[in-house]
Order: sequence, then C-alpha cells, then structure tokens
Amino acid sequence: MNAPRLIDALLAVASRDLLTALRHRADLLTTLIFFAIVASLFPLGVGSETALLRLMGPGVVWVAALLASMLALARLFAGDYADGTLEQLALSPHPLTMLVLAKIAAHWLASGLPLVIIAPLLGLQFDLNADAQLVLLASLLLGTPTLSLIGAVGAALTLGVRGGGALLSLLVLPLYVPVLIFGAGAVEATASGLGATAHLSLLGALLLVALVFAPWATAVSVRIAVE
Amino acid sequence: MTINWFKYSSPASFYPLAGRFIPWFFAAAALLAIGGLYISFFLAPTDAQQGEAYRIIFIHVPAAWMSMFLYIVMAMWAGVGLAFNTRLSSMVASALAPTGAMMTFVALWTGSLWGKPMWGTWWVWDARLTSELILLFLYFGFMSLQAAIDDPRRADKAGAVIALVGVINVPIIYFSVKWWNTLHQGASVSLMKSPTMARTMLLGMLVMALAFWMYSIAAMLMRLRSIILERERNSDWVKGLKERLS
Amino acid sequence: MNWSSAAEFFAMGGYAGFIWGSFGVTAACIALEIVVLGARHRRALRALPRTDSPPNPG
Repeated sequence: MNAPRLIDALLAVASRDLLTALRHRADLLTTLIFFAIVASLFPLGVGSETALLRLMGPGVVWVAALLASMLALARLFAGDYADGTLEQLALSPHPLTMLVLAKIAAHWLASGLPLVIIAPLLGLQFDLNADAQLVLLASLLLGTPTLSLIGAVGAALTLGVRGGGALLSLLVLPLYVPVLIFGAGAVEATASGLGATAHLSLLGALLLVALVFAPWATAVSVRIAVE
Repeated sequence: MTINWFKYSSPASFYPLAGRFIPWFFAAAALLAIGGLYISFFLAPTDAQQGEAYRIIFIHVPAAWMSMFLYIVMAMWAGVGLAFNTRLSSMVASALAPTGAMMTFVALWTGSLWGKPMWGTWWVWDARLTSELILLFLYFGFMSLQAAIDDPRRADKAGAVIALVGVINVPIIYFSVKWWNTLHQGASVSLMKSPTMARTMLLGMLVMALAFWMYSIAAMLMRLRSIILERERNSDWVKGLKERLS
Repeated sequence: MNWSSAAEFFAMGGYAGFIWGSFGVTAACIALEIVVLGARHRRALRALPRTDSPPNPG
C-alpha cells in the first residue's frame, strides 16, 4: 500500500478542522460579535463626533479585528492537544511544519476571513468612504493571515499552560504591532490622499516573512508542548 | 595540552566560578559609575537650550542601550540552550531577563522625566520610546511564559522560542514604529537635539553604559547562582557547598 | 566646575525634581535588585535538603 501523499494529508487536516469549525458555528459567531462590540465601544467612549470617528475609524476597526483574531487563537490547537491528535500529528511521517500550516490556513478561513467580510459594515459606523473601505478590506485580507501565523506560535507555546488566554495576549500583542501599524496606516493614508501602496506592500512582505518562518516556529513549539 | 572549552558549562562547575567573579564585576561597575557620574555632573557643561535637564541622558541612553543589548544576549543564550540542549545556557537567559526588564523600565522612566521639561508631556510617542515600551512587553512575555510553565526544561525551550521570535521582531517593530511616528508627527521629535554630540557627553554616556554593563553581569551572576541552587537542589555536588546554612 | 555651591548643585537649575527623580529612581532600582537577589540566594540556600548525618542507632 502506498504511503499517503503529503497533499492528501494536508487536505485531510485542513478539511477536518474546517468541518469541526462548521459544526461549532457558535464559536465563529462569538468572534464576530466580539469584533462588532469592541468596535462599537470606541465611539461610546470618545464621543460620536463624525470628524473624530472618521479619523479613528481605521485604527479602531483594525484593533478590534486584531483582538477578535487573537481570541480565536485559543481554538487553533487546544482541541487537538486535549484529545491527543496533536501528538499524532507530531509523530506522523509528514513534516509537522506543513501540517501546522494546513491547520493555520483552515483556522484563518474559519475565523479570520469572516472578520474581513464584516469589517466594511463596521467601517460604515465610522463613515469611511468607498476607497477607504476597499483599502480596509485589502489590508485586513493581507493582515489577518499574518496575525494567525504569528499568533499560532504563541498558541502552541501556551498549550496547557497556566494563565492561558491572558498569557497568550501578552506574548502575541507586541508582535502584532507592525501589522497593526501598516494595516491601519494603509486606510489612513487612503483617507488623507497619500495612497496605500507602500503600506500594502509592506503588509504583503510581512505576510511572506510570516509564511516562511511562523509554521516552522510553531512546529518547534508544538513539539516542545507535546514532548 | 588540550583546552577543555566546556569545563565550566555545567551548573556545578560554573556556580563557584560565578561566585568568585561577582565582587569584581560589582567593583568595576562602582568605579565606572563614579567616573561616569563625575563626567555627567562636573565635566559636561550646561546645555544652551535644555539647561541642566539634559543630564538625564547619562542614565537614559545607557539604560536603553543595555535594555536592547541584554535582550539580544538573552535570546542568544536561550537559542544556544534550545539548539544544544545545555541547561546552563538557558539558565543564563532566564537570569538576564529581570535585569534587562529593569533597564528597560529605567529607560522609559528617565525618558518620561526628560520629556516633561523638554516637550511638556510625561509621555512622548517618539519612535524610540515607543519601541522601548514594546521591548518591556517582550521581556514581560518571556518572564511570564517561563513563570507559568512548571517543568523547567519546557520553560527553557518555550522561553527560547519566544525570545528568538522577539529578537527577530525587534528591528521590524522599530522600523514600523519609526514609520508610524514620522507620518503622525511632521518634524521628528528627537530626544537628542544635536546630531553631533559634544565629545564629553558621548564619553559620559559610554562610561555609564560600561558601568551598567558590569552591573548587569554581576546581577545576572547573582541571579544565576540562585537559579542553579533552586533547580539543582537535589544534586550531589550541592551537598558539599561551603556556603550552606545548614 | 559647573557649580559654584552645593545648593546650586542640588537645585540643578530648577530641574532638580526631574534629574534627582531619574538618578534616584535608577539607584533605587539597582539597590532593590541587589537586595532582592541577596534574599533569593539566602532563601535558596535555606531550601537545600538537609545533610545531617542520620541519628546514631543504639
């Protein structure tokens, strides 16, 4: 019998995670509602003056998306860690780096992409114009996968560790800063007429760097956690 | 004659060696600090624009340098410990972290106290200060992660991963914050006004930096000895320690 | 010499609070660290397993 090919293994891992996510739709809804609530808290906190909101909007939507994405990280490995699947993945003949990448991709599709899709609705709350909305979408599309990739390292490091969620935030939020700066900056640059090409290019660069290094670092961290 | 490079790479042999070195590093730190403080207060002239307040630079800049230097050294030793599975290397990394965090705090505190008379606010979103703040969070992350993991070897390895990820990110974070800062503030708010510094000021900062460096090594060695005792308490070599209290 | 009197030195041209607040807090942090490290070492020594010889039988 032939050994399973890598691509089959990757698709199996990803589809299993997607199927699980589909069966736990409540988790996705919680993430989205959190996103919306956090974004709505800011106007409540600083006042509803439209000019101020237009200035704040990109940053607020970005921070809210970032926090929501981070909350969802807990689900990336926790289930598999608890039932021993993660250990099996670590023992499999396929490179753990690739298997982890498949999991992160599925996780992003299930929890990151939905954030991107509803972000324009929140952008409306801050009176962002059409151009800004488009750039918001683009920046989140490039940025949220990077957040998932960086966050995966933190999620793997804190598996089964005391202080889980708060500790994960402390580890991962400082690393999110460049993505936030270029992401929100892209939308602000569009709003002020400067053009977002530079920001979006840098976001793309960060995504590429994350794609190259994060799965490997995550695999190392997974091994530390299960051994 | 072959040199045994790894003679002191075990906690047991390094412990007494560290003990012998600590007083010397403290002495060096004290001497350099006296020299540095003398330069700071008595040799460096009063600044034409900033008056006396600029003297804070003699603490602020050396502390900032040390905070970054110690983080890099910490990440390096943690990496060595991860790659070669050496306990002592990881212990050194853990011993460096709190001192590094303290240096970062001092840099932020003095930066704030310098900013108030100069720029009127207790906090300035200057690229360097903001990066220092994020560096403090990176230190806290490392320390918190290690504190939360009970198994020391797992704590060593996990800490190494987060330290290495952090050290790669520090230049990226600095660059992005610098970009963000220049876009939001027009003229760059630099805490160091003139691009060419008087030689005396540079000398003062270097001497104070060396003083901080010697101090950091001494503090690290002290902490390392405690870490060794805590982790190796059940070893045989510990039984023969001369400093035992019982 | 920059200072013509001790009073002038301590006043630091009006910036005394900022300067001594900086140098003072730094010195305090260092002193605190040394004290805490000394205490930690003593605590670690005290926590070592005892090596008393077993009681004499008979």
